[in-house]
Amino acid sequence: MTASPGNGRCHAALVDQPIDTAGLLRAVADPGAGATALFLGTVRNVHEGRSVMGIDYQAYAAMATRHLAAIVAEASQRYGTCGISAEHRVGYLALGEISVAIAASHERRSPAFAAARYVIEEIKRRLPIWKREHYADGTREWVDPVNERTMVVSAHAEEVP
Amino acid sequence: MYISGVPPATVTVLLFASYADAFGRPRVEVPLAARATVADLVTQLRDGHAADLPPRPLVAINQEYAAYDRVIEAGDEIALIPPVAGG
Repeated sequence: MTASPGNGRCHAALVDQPIDTAGLLRAVADPGAGATALFLGTVRNVHEGRSVMGIDYQAYAAMATRHLAAIVAEASQRYGTCGISAEHRVGYLALGEISVAIAASHERRSPAFAAARYVIEEIKRRLPIWKREHYADGTREWVDPVNERTMVVSAHAEEVP
Repeated sequence: MYISGVPPATVTVLLFASYADAFGRPRVEVPLAARATVADLVTQLRDGHAADLPPRPLVAINQEYAAYDRVIEAGDEIALIPPVAGG
């Protein structure tokens, strides 16, 4: 794969305010880019058949900030993006609010999509962030993604003991 | 081999999400012997909390995921990491 490690601009942050998607797009704007992919993760209203009202996101902030920056740098290097930018929100989010946003620009669309995809998959695999869903019946629970976790550990046992 | 000074008598372990709820606090002090490993730490933490913690929870040391044979040293930042659920 042809890539230009270190040439692209990178931005990564944990935020406790609504994510400024226009700001993320501006951060990756580049005259050499022919494509920009924008991925948004949003709070949805149902999880495993239960009605969800909102989600609390908690992070191990220092580690999550550091690892998000590492993930973004990996994507930049791997796909040679012109610019790549990712933010994850923490705190209480209502339905429809953006929990994570990733913008990636590249000369061509395929690596732009791939870079954004890489960042969201790695976030889900290894970023120390947790979510507690608030249900319509007044209860709340930490989400334990058992199925994903099993896959993650078997596929990356050398990195996540 | 133990290199960087005196081993800790007790260490502070950061807790998050469901683990913090299980222990009722965001951090816990754990007494450790010299040259204790991550595996030793987990054994201590599960003592009395076996129902709250899986047999091999993820542990981060100095903000990196740590192997279970890693020896804990004075000044290490230690955290117990529940199954992650970001995104």
